[in-house]
Amino acid sequence: MSLEIKDLNVRIGENPILKNFSLTLPKGEVHAIMGPNGTGKSTLAKALAGHEDYKITSGEATLDGETIIGKEPDEISRAGLFLAFQYPSEIPGVTIANFIRAALQARMEKGSDFNAPAYYKELYSAMDKLGIDRKFTARSVNEGFSGGEKKRCEILQMMMLKPQYCILDETDSGLDIDALRIVSEGVNSMRGPDVGFLVITHYQRLLNYIQPDVVHVMWDGRIVRSGGKELALELEEKGYEWVKEAYANA
Amino acid sequence: MSTETPEISIDRSKGDFHYDTVSYEYDAGVGLNTDTINYIADVKKEPQWVREFRHKALESFYRQPMPTHWATKDLETINFDKIRYYLSQGQKTTRSWDEVPQEMKETFERLGIPEQERAFLAGVEAQFDSEAVYSNMKEELSKLGVIFVGPNEGLSDHPDIFKKYFGKIIPTSDNKFAALNSAVFSGGSFIYVPKGVKVKQPLQAYFRINAESFGQFERTLIIADEGSEVTYMEGCTAPKFETATLHSAVVELMALKGAKIQYITVQNWSNNVFNLVTKRGVADEEAEVRWIDCNIGSRLTMKYPGVVLKGRKARGEVLSIALASDGQHQDTGAKMIHAADETTSNIIAKSISVGKGRSTYRGVVDIPRNLKGCKNNTECDALLINTNSRTDTYPAITLRGDQSSVQHEASVSKVSAEQIFYMQQRGLSEGAAMSLSVNGFINDLVREFPMEYSVELKRLIELEMEGSVG
Repeated sequence: MSLEIKDLNVRIGENPILKNFSLTLPKGEVHAIMGPNGTGKSTLAKALAGHEDYKITSGEATLDGETIIGKEPDEISRAGLFLAFQYPSEIPGVTIANFIRAALQARMEKGSDFNAPAYYKELYSAMDKLGIDRKFTARSVNEGFSGGEKKRCEILQMMMLKPQYCILDETDSGLDIDALRIVSEGVNSMRGPDVGFLVITHYQRLLNYIQPDVVHVMWDGRIVRSGGKELALELEEKGYEWVKEAYANA
Repeated sequence: MSTETPEISIDRSKGDFHYDTVSYEYDAGVGLNTDTINYIADVKKEPQWVREFRHKALESFYRQPMPTHWATKDLETINFDKIRYYLSQGQKTTRSWDEVPQEMKETFERLGIPEQERAFLAGVEAQFDSEAVYSNMKEELSKLGVIFVGPNEGLSDHPDIFKKYFGKIIPTSDNKFAALNSAVFSGGSFIYVPKGVKVKQPLQAYFRINAESFGQFERTLIIADEGSEVTYMEGCTAPKFETATLHSAVVELMALKGAKIQYITVQNWSNNVFNLVTKRGVADEEAEVRWIDCNIGSRLTMKYPGVVLKGRKARGEVLSIALASDGQHQDTGAKMIHAADETTSNIIAKSISVGKGRSTYRGVVDIPRNLKGCKNNTECDALLINTNSRTDTYPAITLRGDQSSVQHEASVSKVSAEQIFYMQQRGLSEGAAMSLSVNGFINDLVREFPMEYSVELKRLIELEMEGSVG
């Protein structure tokens, strides 16, 4: 059981961004993808989530053996893939409570009853864990939120929707150290044999809180090196220049 | 990006059916001239003054130009010579559901009318093309003297009160389409609520077009006597035909001293109906007229409900929602004419444009110099879903003198492709994401509506959004 990406080529307009990208994320593991700006990390996230501007020209991507290529973003979501956005959208007039409820109901059989008391109990408990004030249930999704509040709201949705595979796209950007700790605790509380995480980040510091099983280094649209968590420390120490050089010479 | 489910296509066609088997005993034929008027007046056995009223109106209709100098050129595509102006089976309006002719009964049953009557209405009238086929009101209301009938019965059985207000609030020559309605009107409602009587549950009329190339011209007059209260709801549907259909109604409301009238419209016309309606209320001292007007569907809707605030401390309100999808133009708004001291008016208009849909807001607020202590609040909000949509706002607020106040706010917001993608990433279909955004946009306004109505509105929006995907 895994998220399997094989020789994936993705374009934005006419520009090739991902070039024969391959990665296997087994359930139960946490993989980090690191790399400098412009190497295609966010493109990977959006393409897997089915964004129409990211054209998959060849290759394969499967969730537990089922292809996700050519599927609508909502189908991919319901198949178990969650993307925590780097820049989450604001949805005026739609409260967090109603939004998550609608997302959960989209996963239910038609005509089955929604257990509202159980839902609110779970929602409040997740909010407490993430240090989100309960008053936020009545606020419009992400509207007027600070950067940190938006990221917590992403993790809240992730905890409530219980996906099998989670992609965190630079969730650490814009977070202060306390928020970073809280968000990481939220992710760690979800870790287990039934969930796989793909954590996209620039910086090693997030990985102090979310310990990865595997670290991948990405450069020019593909993974150029993989290793254990010590690879992240190495990157932190040496910067990305040596990757570029090593890759250019290879 | 289309994920339409079969279920939804069934639901969407809820109003899209008609019966070819209906045989019309009375048919004024195609086209409009003085013979058409005489035919209608003959069939209805109308008194001479009504016949004359109709003929004068026809002259006014001929005289007035199409308002294309300010409104859309699309109006010119209406061919008045190809329309049928009066169609009826010659049936009597019955109080008993069992006596309604079969096809009509089935029509209204498919649209859920009898259930709604049982569930929450004080009275129902169902109009099929030109004439009402069913009309019923709870007995206790008749005992209190409440009248709820068609305009024909109104003018024949209650001539004094009928004549006093009919055509007085909206004169025949008010505009070309009011003149047309006055010439060929048939069906609609006449309501009188006696002094101090408060009708708790809504009275509802349901207007159904069954025949192709048909024009429906109902006429409604509601008089709320001193201190009384009434809520009236109208619903409209028509099947989708090859040729355009015309719906042109005139609605007059009179709220006497301290009375309250709330008039609610849920309109779900199919995409080729021209919906050109004139609505106006007069509010006497401390009276209140409130229009809740929701326009979904139609090819072109032009409708600007108004209130003339005639007595001191009168209140007027228009809460409107317009949803324009591909091929639709919602040209709607409100008029508030302040004519006494300390009158207040409130306009909240929300429009949603989807795809190539187009929304226009036109408003008139007039507070003359001599008046004191008048207030108006106008809010126009537009939501654009995708980049092809168009929205225009033409608010005309005239405040003279310095003893009154107005405030006006307008906003335009967009639902971007990124927002839709974000919601889809959480598992909502494209249509569900769009209707969630729309509901978010109108939420604060819908809270003001009666519950049954807001549920129906939400359902219609969902269907419209699902239908606009793909």
